[in-house]
Amino acid sequence: MSQDADVIVIGAGIVGSACAHELARTGLDVLVLDDRRGGATAAGMGHLVVMDDNQAELALSRYSLDLWRQWSPHLTADCAWHPCGTLWLAANAQEMGAAQEKQQRLQANGVDSQLVSAQALQRLEPSLQSGLQGALLVPGDSVVYAPNAARWLLQAYPQRIKLLQQGALTIEDNRVCLANGTYLAAPAVLLANGIHATQFCPELPIRPKKGQLLITDRYPGMVHHQLVELGYVTTAHHSTGPSVAFNVQPRPTGQLLIGSSRQFDDTSREIDAAMLSQMLERALSYLPGLVDLNAIRCWSGLRSATPDSLPILGPHPNRKGLWLAVGHEGLGITTAPASAHLLAAQITGSPPDLDPTPYLAQRFEPAA
Amino acid sequence: MNTDANSISIQLDGKVHPVPVGVTVAAALSLRGDGTTRRSVQGERRAAFCGMGICQECRVMINGQRRLACQTLCAQGMIVHTLSSKVIP
Repeated sequence: MSQDADVIVIGAGIVGSACAHELARTGLDVLVLDDRRGGATAAGMGHLVVMDDNQAELALSRYSLDLWRQWSPHLTADCAWHPCGTLWLAANAQEMGAAQEKQQRLQANGVDSQLVSAQALQRLEPSLQSGLQGALLVPGDSVVYAPNAARWLLQAYPQRIKLLQQGALTIEDNRVCLANGTYLAAPAVLLANGIHATQFCPELPIRPKKGQLLITDRYPGMVHHQLVELGYVTTAHHSTGPSVAFNVQPRPTGQLLIGSSRQFDDTSREIDAAMLSQMLERALSYLPGLVDLNAIRCWSGLRSATPDSLPILGPHPNRKGLWLAVGHEGLGITTAPASAHLLAAQITGSPPDLDPTPYLAQRFEPAA
Repeated sequence: MNTDANSISIQLDGKVHPVPVGVTVAAALSLRGDGTTRRSVQGERRAAFCGMGICQECRVMINGQRRLACQTLCAQGMIVHTLSSKVIP
C-alpha cells in the first residue's frame, strides 16, 4: 500500500505540533491534519511551569522546561517568550510550609527555586496585598504565546512537515478518512486532538474541564512574575467540584491575563458569570489594584482531563499503528516538548530519556 | 470661559475644548480631530469602531482611569488623555 507520510498527526495544537516537530527532526515525513476547530492551545494561558504534584508530572514538566529554554532563542518574536518566572504565593503559615516543602522537592530534582520573605515579596511585587506570608520564586518558569509557538514548531521543518486544514472522519488501522472522502495512509497515526480525542477513541478516560480567562488592557509594570496562589496546589487542583484559584500572568504587552477556574461537565463555551465573578473576587483579594483596571475580553476553554491528571502518551492498547498524545489537562503547553520526545522515541524505537510507563494508556486498563 | 448653555468644556490631551452637551468622549475626539484614541501594540492608530462598548478600540484615560470613550458622556471639566502618544501610565 502506498503511504502519504511516515506519520499522520491529527491535531495542530501545541501537542500535535511539538510531536510533528520532533518526528521531523528525527527524519520522518509528517502530515498534520487540523480541522481548525480550535482547542486548549488557543484558550490557555501559555504558562510554562514546573509542576510537582507527583514525580511523573515533575519529570515531564522539568524535561519540557529544559526543551522550551533550548528553543527560546529560536522562537519568532510573535511567540512572545517571556522568562518571567513564577511566584507561588503563600497566604498563611500553612501555605508557607507548603512553599518550603515545594522548595525541597524542586531542589531534590535539580530545579532552582528560592523562598521569598513577606518583605522581599512586597519589593518584588508591590501591587500584591500586604498581608501575604511570603512566596516561592521559580525563576526558570516562563510564558509563551502558544498558538504562534505551535506554528513555529510546524514551520521549522518545511521539507518534512505538511499541514492540511482538513478534519479526519475516521481512523481505520493505518488509514485516515477525511471529511471529503479521501483516504490517507501512514504506518503510524498519532492522535493529538485534545478534548476531541474521544470522537475517535470513546474508550479513553478523558473528561472536559472548563476554564475561563479574562485579559485586561495594557498596564505595564503592574505585575512582573506569573503569580499563582499556593492554594492552587492544595485546593483547585485536587477538587472535583467547581473551583477558582488566583493565577495572574503579565503579558509582554503589559496586559494582565487573569485566571483561573475549573468546572467539570460544562461543555458550553459561554461565560459562566457566577464563576467569572468568583474568579475576579479571588484575584482582587490578592491584587486589590485590579479594581481600577479595564478588562477587554474574557473567554473559556476546555481542558482534557484524565483521572490522574497525567497525559496519555504512547501506543493505543488495542489498535495497532495508532498512537496517543492526549489528556494534557491544564498543562499541555508546558509538557508538549517532553510528550513529543516520548512519542517520537516510542514510534522510532529509540530509548527515551524519560521512563514512559507512568503515561501509558495501559494504566487505565482494568486489572486482568 | 464658556457661556453657551448647550456647551461644556473638557480637557483633551491638555487643551480645553468646548463640546456640545450630551456627546460622548468618542464624539468629542472626532469633533476635535481625527478621533484617535490609542495605539496598537505595533504602534498603529486606533479610533472608536463599534460605538457600543464591545470592540474596546476606544480606550482612553478619563479623569485618571482607563475608560471606553464611546460609553462615557462628556462632563464639565472632564480630563481626557488619549493613549496615542504611546505613553501608558
